[in-house]
Amino acid sequence: MTDKLVTIEVNGQELQAEAGIMLIEATDAAGINIPRFCYHKKLSVSANCRMCLVEVEKVPKPLPACATPVSDGMKVYTRSPKALAAQKGTMEFLLINHPLDCPICDQGGECELQDVAIGYGRDVSRYSEGKRVVADKNIGPLIATDMTRCIHCTRCVRFGEEIAGIREMGATGRGEHMVIGTYIEKSVDSELSGNIIDLCPVGALTSKPFRFNARAWELTQVEAIAPHDSLGSNLNLHLRDNKVMRVHPKDNESINETWISDRDRFSYEGLYSSDRLTSPMVKKGGEWKEVSWEMALEMAAASLKEIGDGDQIGTLLAPTSTLEELFLAQKLMRGLGCNNIDSRLRQGDFRMDATQNSVHWLGSSLSDMDQMQTVFVVGGNIRKEQPILAHRLRKAAVNGAKLHYLNPIQIDLNHRGDQDVCTPGEMAGRLAAVAKAAGVKASGGGASLLGAAKVDESAKQTAANLKAADGALVMLGAMAQAHPDYALLHTLAAALAEATGAQLSILPTSANSVGAQLAGAVPHLQAGGTAAERAGLDTLRMLKMPRKGYLLLGVEPGRDFWNGSLSMSALQSADMVVAISAFRSPELEACADIMLPMAIFTETSGTYVNAEGRWQQSRGVVRPQGESRPGWKILRVLGNLTDQPGFDYIDSQQIHDELHKLCESSTLDNKQAEPQNLEPLLSADVLLRGGDTPLYACDPLVRRATALQQTQDAGSDTIRLHPQEAARLGLDGSDTALVKQNGNQIDLPLQLDERIPQGCVWISTGLARTSTLGQPFGEVTVEKA
Amino acid sequence: MNVFKNYFKSLFLLELFRGLSVTGRYLFRKKFTIMYPEEKAPVSPRFRGLHALRRYPNGEERCIACKLCEATCPALAITIEAEPREDGSRRTTRYDIDLFKCIYCGYCQEACPVDAIVETRIYEYHFENRGENIMTKEKLLAVGDKCEAQLAADIEAQAKVR
Repeated sequence: MTDKLVTIEVNGQELQAEAGIMLIEATDAAGINIPRFCYHKKLSVSANCRMCLVEVEKVPKPLPACATPVSDGMKVYTRSPKALAAQKGTMEFLLINHPLDCPICDQGGECELQDVAIGYGRDVSRYSEGKRVVADKNIGPLIATDMTRCIHCTRCVRFGEEIAGIREMGATGRGEHMVIGTYIEKSVDSELSGNIIDLCPVGALTSKPFRFNARAWELTQVEAIAPHDSLGSNLNLHLRDNKVMRVHPKDNESINETWISDRDRFSYEGLYSSDRLTSPMVKKGGEWKEVSWEMALEMAAASLKEIGDGDQIGTLLAPTSTLEELFLAQKLMRGLGCNNIDSRLRQGDFRMDATQNSVHWLGSSLSDMDQMQTVFVVGGNIRKEQPILAHRLRKAAVNGAKLHYLNPIQIDLNHRGDQDVCTPGEMAGRLAAVAKAAGVKASGGGASLLGAAKVDESAKQTAANLKAADGALVMLGAMAQAHPDYALLHTLAAALAEATGAQLSILPTSANSVGAQLAGAVPHLQAGGTAAERAGLDTLRMLKMPRKGYLLLGVEPGRDFWNGSLSMSALQSADMVVAISAFRSPELEACADIMLPMAIFTETSGTYVNAEGRWQQSRGVVRPQGESRPGWKILRVLGNLTDQPGFDYIDSQQIHDELHKLCESSTLDNKQAEPQNLEPLLSADVLLRGGDTPLYACDPLVRRATALQQTQDAGSDTIRLHPQEAARLGLDGSDTALVKQNGNQIDLPLQLDERIPQGCVWISTGLARTSTLGQPFGEVTVEKA
Repeated sequence: MNVFKNYFKSLFLLELFRGLSVTGRYLFRKKFTIMYPEEKAPVSPRFRGLHALRRYPNGEERCIACKLCEATCPALAITIEAEPREDGSRRTTRYDIDLFKCIYCGYCQEACPVDAIVETRIYEYHFENRGENIMTKEKLLAVGDKCEAQLAADIEAQAKVR
């Protein structure tokens, strides 16, 4: 496309437009409304609804504005008698087969067809013949269908092809017999599928959890920031009667464009889970008793002081907490002499903390993601970790970028890309091979691996592509960070990035992973993102060397941890566990001694720092449930009760401002100070467990969103392994098997899966049963049950 | 001249007799007062009294929870909550009309696309306790069941002009 401007005239008004763009884009930019159904700014033009017909001078017939490029001197009339007659005719044809069930349709009141029919249609229908009826399909727990209402705009079909990258919806039949649906009876499994609810201009595709719950005109819209993945997608919450009824995306071109992931869209259901903690509780003689806030806070403060030695306390903070909560929690605990503060609950290796004194981040801005020419993802299934980021990577791939993946499992890609699949134990070696191919010398960290690495064709190709690219990334995903040799992977990736001129990207896993580092909620950094004066223990050492007391913030023992069973045993053996939590899980009740109810997402104000380091604030928009209070208020009072200075905040903005000042000079940097020499911890020649954290098992809120939990991406408590591996282990034909890890054992159903490399069994973490086992990557034995 | 005319009028009590003649005429005319509550005044089919929710002849409730009545109510007297019923149909779980707020404008029955919410001819009702002013879904359906024959006839009578 050229940057040449042309002048057109619309309804007598002169407009400047870029040559080559479609007429509807020019009129949209100028605020002139043309009715449309099939046109969407983010989708390709299909021009099949014909609603946007306009009159163009010297053209005998009306033209569709969405498929007519502007040209110099063009004179357009959008409201001339000819255009209006064409629009009215189209509307009449569209309504022929559309049922008149607006009163029971969830789209009623926010329906594009209703609006356009009022504006451009006839008053009375002339059609009295039979209408077409289409059977509804069950396309899963998230999207309700009423396909009789479909007007065949094909937005959902184009969304699947162009944005989600999997063709889930499609049209079968022609003319009168055309039907939109899934080709075969199946559910729509895309992690972005909820967006077709917004795209559908009529009520054919609507939200299932929201079904019949409220009307568009009853809802109040407020803004919020998504609290799950590290993008911080912008949301519009729709509220009624102090309750979040549904979640819609808010356009932000530099973060989420117009889309949001299903996790951000449907996780609000978790807010109304039956196990919300609604009053402060204290365990007395093994029984939980409700107590007043004053009493609970005084007891919590007294018991933290009672431990005396701050080093005997462990502070475990959820990385999905707000920045204010993280900052206050570390301020409180450092004030008590406790430096054992960590929020990296799912990280598997902390050996590089000693040499790291900077804040890790995405390594590139989000909007630059789609311009990348080569991306090498190590240990990451980005689609099932951070769906909107994966959409950006897919855009890059569609634009011709070369994507390489090195993973311990074969993942489903929705774009072209090379996958190198190996067991968890071989990952570091394979990465070393790529580094060696890129010319990294065998010295410093990972020297032995680099020396032993065999460079094969695919390693050479990856290294060459990284070198040749104008913009390249080496990205460490969630599976790399959960790897017991993460420090080694990090060192090798850093060396590879340096050798090839690529950026090193450490994908922040949670909403506030970057924020937690800035707030000092990690043992090696203090508030402001600078090296801590005295480094404390990291999550793993806090659990391996049990402390006397723990403070938990928004953390669920077991399911939120890298090593679920270790977290349970360490917390249960502690004398005192103070938990600030929004939910009361059986695991938390087993570990904690005092539970303080916390308001979460939508109920509390707070800041999230996303993967690219952007600070985004959201307000508390609904009243906290029951007696629960915003986390920052709880921590503020705990600060007062432990007689610490500087805890006299009146609102969360003050906390934000204080931290913002500290962070003024801080920079985000993925480089290590000096790579140390590291040896791999994970052996390559024993049977290893591999495990991811499923998309909808990542944090306490999502785990309670009932509709999401019914989808495939919720994960399942199973053992997945290669058929040949099953044969070797003598598990042919058995349905279940006994898994033993770190002295824990459970029975799990078996599932044969050729995507799992041989020498490895796949057991996801973060699920109800698998969290009683150990870490996601480690030695494991599987035998007949 | 006027002085003389006024004197004559007052001397013969002419104005008094003119007034009494009106009284006398009505004394012997047919009476239009009725002996309420034994007798009742006729009520128009358009009368807007106590509300009712109607059912279809097969017993299925008409209301589909479209919430148009709630939206149109100028006094915000109607509160509706809805969810899918077991068979998947759209139904209310709560349908309350606060009779203290209601101004009996009849917009709700005009807005209703399925003639579910209607105002009956009932105008004799009272409350003895707080809370009784809330007409719940059960109460409204019960009123509807009681008056169905009359309601159906009234709606039929107005069908031509609605």
